[in-house]
Amino acid sequence: MQFGGLKAVCDLDLTVAQGELVGLIGPNGAGKTTVFNVITGVYAPTQGRVTFEGRTISGLKSNRIASGGITRTFQNIRLFSRLTCLDNVCVAAHPHRQAGLTSALLRTGGFERDEAALKQQAMDMLEVLDLEAFADQPATSLAYGQQRRLEIARALAGKPRLLLLDEPAAGLNPQESEELMHLIQEIRKRFGLTILLIEHDMKVVMGICERIAVLDYGLKIAEGSPFEIRNDPKCIEAYLGAELPK
Amino acid sequence: MKRFLSLIAVLVALVALNVLLPRVTNPYHFQILMLIGINIVLAVSLNLVNGFTGQFSIGHAGFMAVGAYTSAMFTIKLGKPFAATLTLLPEPVAQGVALLMALVAGGLVAAGAGWLVGLPSLRLRGDYLAIVTLGFGEIIRVLLLNIEAIGGARGLSNIPTYANFFWVYGSVVVVVVVAVRLAHSTHGRALFAIRDDEVAAEALGVDTTKYKVLAFVLGAFFAGVAGGLFAHFLSYLNPSSFTFLKSIEVIAMVVLGGMGSITGSILAAVVLTLLPEVLRPVKDFRMVIYALMLIVLMITRPQGLLGTREWSLGGLFRRGGPAKGAA
Repeated sequence: MQFGGLKAVCDLDLTVAQGELVGLIGPNGAGKTTVFNVITGVYAPTQGRVTFEGRTISGLKSNRIASGGITRTFQNIRLFSRLTCLDNVCVAAHPHRQAGLTSALLRTGGFERDEAALKQQAMDMLEVLDLEAFADQPATSLAYGQQRRLEIARALAGKPRLLLLDEPAAGLNPQESEELMHLIQEIRKRFGLTILLIEHDMKVVMGICERIAVLDYGLKIAEGSPFEIRNDPKCIEAYLGAELPK
Repeated sequence: MKRFLSLIAVLVALVALNVLLPRVTNPYHFQILMLIGINIVLAVSLNLVNGFTGQFSIGHAGFMAVGAYTSAMFTIKLGKPFAATLTLLPEPVAQGVALLMALVAGGLVAAGAGWLVGLPSLRLRGDYLAIVTLGFGEIIRVLLLNIEAIGGARGLSNIPTYANFFWVYGSVVVVVVVAVRLAHSTHGRALFAIRDDEVAAEALGVDTTKYKVLAFVLGAFFAGVAGGLFAHFLSYLNPSSFTFLKSIEVIAMVVLGGMGSITGSILAAVVLTLLPEVLRPVKDFRMVIYALMLIVLMITRPQGLLGTREWSLGGLFRRGGPAKGAA
């Protein structure tokens, strides 16, 4: 992925197997979020391609990729600020509706059933994330940690098979990130998800990821189990800097 | 069944008022009442684009003009002779049928224009989109000014005055019902999502292209209907009725009422149509005071009269409760 003269992510070869929980880490500006943006179709890659379940998805529009089974959360929370929590989640369930525009305007029985089912699904999703009490509150009235959870609820409502989490623990206190770790594992099991996780909180990454890929300046510098990554000299250098030559 | 009964009730009320009102009000008041109705249709339809979807369009007068001229020509060329053949029906009904066809024709052609403007505008946001719609409105006005077949600068006169209270306020009911039902459906939520965060909406599977075009097409359709009512009420059209200022007037209604609030648009359409009339006694200062009042209102209530909320009888009794989201 190249922006003008800037190579943001270069020659990245990353495979995530079905059901895996893979971490994507790296210093600030390494290109982690750019990888998410390429996968979800925000950018079309300037070179190379992205495949999902055997099909090439690079070049597809974002909304097609989302309804095709890949949803995401955002690093800088992007909730629909003037909608209620329930409506935020309902928006994401939108691609799975059946009733069209005319039945919505005529308020047919089919539409009413469809709408009720959609609300119920959204409500269930809020319950999973422990947010059902806030269903009718505007999304922006939630506390920061709750807003992060609402983003996850919203992404899950799109019935993804691959979930991309962009720094879900950012700004959370230690106890909250502990809870988040359990939550991620729980939703993964419950919905049979494959998860790709960007995270700076090493406790979270090392605690739940089965495999970790490390990016630095747009290049993948290491990939392996949490144990391998922790002892990889290149990773230590990227994060902490190299030792001075003796 | 309940729905059917309320439809009957609305129709009966409209017919009764249609017969009654012209007899009990003086022609000046009646004309204001009709213009209020037409402005409500305009404001609510623009709210679908600007308020619901957050796409800043300032060419609404253009869509209105397309609808006005199309429906007027439709009636003159086809509708009037057609109504004359319906000798079995009472005259108002025959005229109503002709008007309905003209309104639908005007609305459809305006919707086509909305689609045409909507498509290239999809890659544009904010100010840039505003400029495109502004350009569209001006192109329409200049075109109308220069097509001799529809009167050009002289205007188009002798349009049959088929639009009565029933049709104007019937259209108000239709546009409001459409807007409310849209707002309370998955499609409406998709529009709100685009307004609040387009990137997130797209990433969650909302086809933003489709929905932005939908908003433009629906908004333009009802602007066209409003134009048709305008033509068949005043019986005369002139390109100077559809200047940039007319678009601004409708935007003022949407913003003043509260972006995304349907009842807000209705309220603001009533207030902004009445205000210049109420201020007639102050003569030369009329527009100065009108402008000043707008400024004061926007300073004291920048979110609009109703914000994104809806006014309801029930709401009066639960003030201070949790504010509901848009619409």
